[in-house]
Amino acid sequence: MKKIVRFFPIAVLVLIFSACNSSNESTAVESKEAAVKSVGQEAVQDDVSQKDVVKVAVGSKDHTTLVAALKQAELVTALSNAGPFTVFAPTNDAFNKLPAGTVDGLMKDEKKADLQNILQYHVTTSALSTDMLHDGQTLGMVNGDNVTLSVKDGKITLNGTANIVASVRASNGWVHIVDAVLIPPVKN
Amino acid sequence: MNFSFKRLLLVAVAFPIVWLQSCKPKGTQSAVSGDAAAKVYVAPGKYDEFYSFVSGGFSGQMSVYGIPSGRLFRVIPVFSVDPEKGYGYSEETKPMLNTSHGFVPWDDLHHIALSETDGIQDGRWVFANGNNTPRIARVDLKTFRTAEIIEIPNSGGNHSSPFITENSEYVIAGTRFSIPMDNSNGDVPINTYKSNFKGTVSFVSVDKTTGNMKIAFQILMPGVNFDLARAGKGKSHGWMFFSCYNSERANTLLEVNASQKDKDFIIAVNWKKAEEYLKAGKGQKQSVKYAHNIYDEKKHSATSVIETEVTVLDSKELADMVYMIPCPKSPHGCDTDPTGEYIVASGKLAATIPVFSFTKMQQAIANKTFEGEYEGIPVLKYDAVLYGEVKKPGLGPLHTEFDDKGFAYTSFFVSSEIVKWNVKTLEVVDRVPTYYSIGHLSVPGGPTRKPWGKYVIAYNKITKDRYLPTGPELAQSAQLYSIEGDKMKLLLDFPTIGEPHYAEAIPAELIMKNSQKIYKIEENQNQFAALGDKFARVERKGNEVHVYMTSIRSHFTPDNIEGVKMGDIVYFHITNLEQDWDMPHGFAVKGANNAELLVMPGETQTLAWKPERVGIFPFYCTDFCSALHQEMQGYIRVSPAGSNVQISFGTGKTDSTAVANK
Repeated sequence: MKKIVRFFPIAVLVLIFSACNSSNESTAVESKEAAVKSVGQEAVQDDVSQKDVVKVAVGSKDHTTLVAALKQAELVTALSNAGPFTVFAPTNDAFNKLPAGTVDGLMKDEKKADLQNILQYHVTTSALSTDMLHDGQTLGMVNGDNVTLSVKDGKITLNGTANIVASVRASNGWVHIVDAVLIPPVKN
Repeated sequence: MNFSFKRLLLVAVAFPIVWLQSCKPKGTQSAVSGDAAAKVYVAPGKYDEFYSFVSGGFSGQMSVYGIPSGRLFRVIPVFSVDPEKGYGYSEETKPMLNTSHGFVPWDDLHHIALSETDGIQDGRWVFANGNNTPRIARVDLKTFRTAEIIEIPNSGGNHSSPFITENSEYVIAGTRFSIPMDNSNGDVPINTYKSNFKGTVSFVSVDKTTGNMKIAFQILMPGVNFDLARAGKGKSHGWMFFSCYNSERANTLLEVNASQKDKDFIIAVNWKKAEEYLKAGKGQKQSVKYAHNIYDEKKHSATSVIETEVTVLDSKELADMVYMIPCPKSPHGCDTDPTGEYIVASGKLAATIPVFSFTKMQQAIANKTFEGEYEGIPVLKYDAVLYGEVKKPGLGPLHTEFDDKGFAYTSFFVSSEIVKWNVKTLEVVDRVPTYYSIGHLSVPGGPTRKPWGKYVIAYNKITKDRYLPTGPELAQSAQLYSIEGDKMKLLLDFPTIGEPHYAEAIPAELIMKNSQKIYKIEENQNQFAALGDKFARVERKGNEVHVYMTSIRSHFTPDNIEGVKMGDIVYFHITNLEQDWDMPHGFAVKGANNAELLVMPGETQTLAWKPERVGIFPFYCTDFCSALHQEMQGYIRVSPAGSNVQISFGTGKTDSTAVANK
């Protein structure tokens, strides 16, 4: 079962990028793939709507680490659904700023819970444009912890460390690109 | 026939016994073959093979089902208001239901006609008739929304409609009730029917590109009742065949008085000839009034124009345009086979089904094989036009559809069955009971040159014990039969919306690939659109307050509004900023004497609200949209007339001084 679960994000990726149509032809009840079939909207074939937050990240060459991490953390399905979400999306460079070996360590199966905690600390379930962010505001993130914002001369910084460098509107929210990874507060 | 009587007897005897023993309708079970479930099972997430567009009868709407599963996908509001979708309630859709009689919020939708190219369904539009206040509607199959409604003047009720020609040149409208013409004095004694009451059939052209309808011409007809019709196809393209009853021209107790004669008529209209007369200026322009309503997809709003003229061609005076074919006893269905050679007429009270030959009709016209005239129109000799009769097929024949193998399927209301017969040999080859009292029936592509076969669907009038009872009013019912083998096999029952009359089914791939997902926000030309949060605002114009509001997961902008006073009319213009498939937002305000709005992604719709008391009124999103849908709300403050509270508005202003208590 564990193997199937691990295979799941890969299947999702294949579904997104290959013709999803073909999955309509075999009947789900007969197919073995049914067991690993996506349960969210990531496999919906739709070239007309805006891209959702996952597809925005997937479309960015600066976010390959984040995308790989979202898959490993099994967050693709949730983030492809209705949300809405605001995702603070660290760039590859931001991940590279972490101490050596941190990312590789988090990508291990036994560290999945830690990875999920970190990634969920980058997501809130409201679609917040930068206009809606103001100095001193706290945001409750999906992992249960808060992020504090500062806005100085139009520059928005999270927890005093991560700056919003660009923002992309997605079909189900906003992707704000940040230049540092947010580290959740250590629990007692 | 013996066979069927025996079986009927068997069922009649067996049924009460079974009923006493168990509550399960055993008779039905035995009618269903073992593999029926597998044949109608469409696995979760899989698609049906056909769309079926089903008339809603007295609901005034059209519903869309999947075949073979019988799953309901959508109810398209057409002639009746639909508070669920805000249709007929929003300012933008109200004009769709305008008529020369004013706003008419209901009608009786009977017949479906899918657009055709070369006599084959093309999946672009579906047309439907409004039987009560005479109208034809066009539904766009990209959006599954009513795009246009045209009223029919000089008509007492539009039953014989829309029945499309093979290149969608025309949809037609024959009046069910003859009446004094619109431009004459209608204040006449009813018993002057024979001298004052006339019938018309209208030919409504359909623009090849836009689908827009226009009444090209009307043909003035004797004062009979027009019932149903079918276009010629292939060799008979250019002709339209109408059934009519009440050739007695009775104006009271038609049940008796319109059944006096042995034969009524199928009326054959050579519409190509009519076009020639129209071009030659033989038509008479009449002053009439009728509404023509069009919904503009870019402006997201409808306009209604009252047209004032129609051109009428007189069937009595213009030769070679209209012929009468005698037909036994009050014909109802009048259906042409896929080749266009055979015209099948079903006399509701007749013991046979006459099948007329188009080739023989042409010969009879050429040889003037007439038996006389009816109201100045030549009547062809029955035998000269008849191909043959289906003998004793059943009781109460109504409608006939065709498959791709040369068979016809006729519904019988009185004997409650579908009878399959060979069009060439006129032999009955199979019959199945329907539960109960079938009206129309439908084979996918059945009225076209290219039937897709596979199924016949019965649309029944009575359901009685077929479903769990729901009090005195029961669901009306469709029944799906396989016609792939020699014998028809019952596969499935499914309930329908309103009363189903005619329905048409079409392969799904002809429609689904064109189905629209969103309205592009950059193409939104609604005059009240706010194409982004920064355009959201509230403006006072005299006693009108216009709220230009946006909606996106999970808030409205603005969501706090003050400065409205008693005596104002508030117009909420809601623009849904979402650009994501299947992400409508709803909007409702407490106490509004109106419905909700349901606004599609990229669309703008307007709700008018006249506050009737002072206070704070919440509004909210009615369509569960997001994790914080429940938070998608706002307040509007209503102050007394003469109050000095100024217009103010905002979203996300948490500072209490920002909206001061003035």
